[in-house]
Amino acid sequence: MNYSIISYIIGWILNFEALFMLLPCIVAVIYKESSGWAFVLAMLLCLLIGIPLTQRKPKNKIFYTKEGFVTVALSWIVLSIMGALPFIFSGSIPNVIDAVFETVSGFTTTGASVLPEVESLSHCILFWRSFTHWIGGMGVLVFLLSLLPLTGGGYHMNLMKAESPGPSVSKLVPKVQSTAKILYGIYLALTLLEILFLLCGGMPVFDALTTSFGTAGTGGFGIKNDSIAGYSTYIQVVVTVFMILFGVNFSAYFLIISGKLKQALHIEEIRWYLAIIAIAIITITINVYHIYGSIAESLQQVSFQVASIITTTGFATTDFNTWPEMSRTILVILMFVGACAGSTGGGVKVSRFVILMKTIQKELRQYLHPRSIKKIKMDEKLVEHEVVRSTNVFMIAYVLVFAFSALFISFDNHDLITNFTSVAATLNNIGPGLELVGPTQNFSIFSGGAKLILIFDMLAGRLELFPILLLFTRDTWKKF
Amino acid sequence: MKIIILGSGKVGRTLAEQLSNEGHNIVMVDIIAKKVQDITEDADIMGVLGNASSINTLLDAGIETADILIAVTGSDELNLLCCLIAKKVSKCHTIARVRNPVYSKEIGFIKERLGISMIINPEHAAAIEISRLLRFPSAIKIDTFAKGRVELLKFKVKPEFHLDQMTVMEVAERYKNNILICAVERGDEVSIPSGNFVLRDNDIISIIASPVNSALFFKRIGIHTHQVKSTMIVGGGTLSYYLAKLLLAMKIRVLIVEANKDRCEQLSELLPDATIINGDGTDKNLLLEEGLTRVESFVTLTNLDEENILLALFAKKNSNAKLVSKVNRIAFDDIIEGLDVGSVVYPKYLTADYILQYVRAMQNSIGSNVETLYQILDNKAEALEFSVHEDCPFLDTPLAELNIRDNLLVTCINRKGKITIPRGQDSIQLGDTVIVVTTVKGLHDIKDILKNK
Repeated sequence: MNYSIISYIIGWILNFEALFMLLPCIVAVIYKESSGWAFVLAMLLCLLIGIPLTQRKPKNKIFYTKEGFVTVALSWIVLSIMGALPFIFSGSIPNVIDAVFETVSGFTTTGASVLPEVESLSHCILFWRSFTHWIGGMGVLVFLLSLLPLTGGGYHMNLMKAESPGPSVSKLVPKVQSTAKILYGIYLALTLLEILFLLCGGMPVFDALTTSFGTAGTGGFGIKNDSIAGYSTYIQVVVTVFMILFGVNFSAYFLIISGKLKQALHIEEIRWYLAIIAIAIITITINVYHIYGSIAESLQQVSFQVASIITTTGFATTDFNTWPEMSRTILVILMFVGACAGSTGGGVKVSRFVILMKTIQKELRQYLHPRSIKKIKMDEKLVEHEVVRSTNVFMIAYVLVFAFSALFISFDNHDLITNFTSVAATLNNIGPGLELVGPTQNFSIFSGGAKLILIFDMLAGRLELFPILLLFTRDTWKKF
Repeated sequence: MKIIILGSGKVGRTLAEQLSNEGHNIVMVDIIAKKVQDITEDADIMGVLGNASSINTLLDAGIETADILIAVTGSDELNLLCCLIAKKVSKCHTIARVRNPVYSKEIGFIKERLGISMIINPEHAAAIEISRLLRFPSAIKIDTFAKGRVELLKFKVKPEFHLDQMTVMEVAERYKNNILICAVERGDEVSIPSGNFVLRDNDIISIIASPVNSALFFKRIGIHTHQVKSTMIVGGGTLSYYLAKLLLAMKIRVLIVEANKDRCEQLSELLPDATIINGDGTDKNLLLEEGLTRVESFVTLTNLDEENILLALFAKKNSNAKLVSKVNRIAFDDIIEGLDVGSVVYPKYLTADYILQYVRAMQNSIGSNVETLYQILDNKAEALEFSVHEDCPFLDTPLAELNIRDNLLVTCINRKGKITIPRGQDSIQLGDTVIVVTTVKGLHDIKDILKNK
């Protein structure tokens, strides 16, 4: 293990976190809030650790897959702990575990909160909560890669692989740095576009910024107690559309920019993604029509909820916990499906399900024609056996992590639906679940131990299990 | 520039790594998934899986917007075909590796009528390199600039040269010669020497000079510089054939030892003036019998790297011949350098080097002014040839008045074919080409030789 390069990169992560904290400081200055000092203090602490680490140039710049994964996992943990400091210093969330839970929930774009009400928080704290979504959405190491001229061959691809979601991560252009720049460029452009649309709808600037950060990272922290419900229909529709857009594989946007619109529309995963959304909206609308009365009203409410759940954002405009059982079940299933690979969303990812379905189809065919040979294809390209295998292993690991988490938090003695959906909501980075963790409730009901399990789930879910699991493997830390 | 490389063999990989480090955008195409995977993990490039001669694969790799296509797959015909297809959809330059001697006589046709920009034949390139070394046996390595008018020679300082403890300035004064010591390797250290740098025995020094002056210098310090009169080649492959042909043309006696009878007969048909011995090249007695102790140069060109190195070591013990060995595998080059077996030629590196030079020259035409670029001294230093245009801010200013970077030497000015080793009062003029040796990497323009203000 090349510790010098790992500490070097973590040092940069801390420096960048200090840079990120500058924004809430500015907010504090604008609104003349004293809690801004909490950020100044946290910034100084970040720099105090970060600068010495970056001053020491690593002797050996090479790092392999394991260093990549460990760096990413450690970076996210360090990022979360330092990011929790302002909450503690300002007294908004005095409990350490609660503060870390809130921050992890922010960076992993989960949006699960321990706060029963948020409107009393200061603007800079609210801004930081939402801004963590934006940083975590595309990933902080991708950000690092786009700015730091790290040399040393293709090794940095390992960082991107570990942080970007999806069964197989590939570059858009030959250079990692250019790829990272393009991704952040698209991300920034879409976010600005949403801010613009929201401002057109008469939303206050602060609300437009925080809501856009929440949508862009598919996070879900609101700045109002009733999430998005209090805003106008226009704003809700804009947020719905942008949630769906941020759940799309970003390589599709790259294709569109490079003038290959037709190719972008033919990506199989996106077609499935849109089809699933459409089917879910239609079914649930029929099911809940009697609650809202008008078709337009129920269609709008349902599409917001469906988009929010499948992209794993977690905003809410209505309490879907009170919907009929069938609708609730569909929503829970959507939690697992998640967004597209290469988007900012969480969950298992549509492409993994497509691959798994095709694997099942292939297996069934094998029973009918035992000697037949059938390769799995996606977008008319062969899916490598390696990818199929890792998808299968991912699913198994996912189910195991899920089962054990649900078991451990059941010690708190809440009902099964609460336990089940709270793990689903954190492992898939959604936010609200059902019953006691429904959209109008929060996660403060859990004990400290259960919260630690859920923190683990959020990180594992965001980094797609393996980087975090690798930290807990003994061989990772052995010298040889 | 955007460069597509077809084939991720050793040459393809070397090119990909080097060009990507120089800042180009590289797309590598190969048909084996594992290889594409490996190279994208080792270098910052993009991999495309597929058959290189399929137009769809090439389009996937972005052939329409590419500047250069380099075809270095294992097959000559495939390389040519890929270049032809690429030419139909793109304006890119195409480079193909073609090694079959049959085609080597048709390079003119291929370049002109098929529109391929460059044909590289690794064996032929290696043969030229070896023949150059045999013409000048004291040098370990020779690179040429300004179309051969300037040479960069690398050799080891031996006690009998009496250069030990002399400064670079004293060397220049004592031998009153128009040469310049431009780099010194001592152990792992590489320095660009200033006037009062003290030389020691066993330093490996690089000098820059015109061929006449370098010959004169070597004569004065007592190295015999005559080209060898006889050579013994072990192994009778394509490379040996090319080499023998070149050497015979230089009136050097050639003896080839080859184990395969049929091949011996072929060779004797192709090379009527050479002596062909049918026998095992690793047979000590055979080599001694054929006069290993008296031969002036000994070249090992079998297909086995280990055999080549062992034979060279054996010859080193039994004769004073100039030794040249061919090594295919490039992974352990640093180990072999440490063995002191004379000159080692890596056909794969050579191929990559030639292509790199072409790419750099092309880049020159679109922005940078680098004519030639050599990575010298184990890639720790660069020798660059710049052309001087109107926009050079210090035309006609004496070099002594310029604030030139540390670790950088202006080694040579080529003014309309006349080579001068510049002194302080000399100046750079419009239309010159200037050769610079430096450990600072990434210079693009003659302006870059100045310190940043």
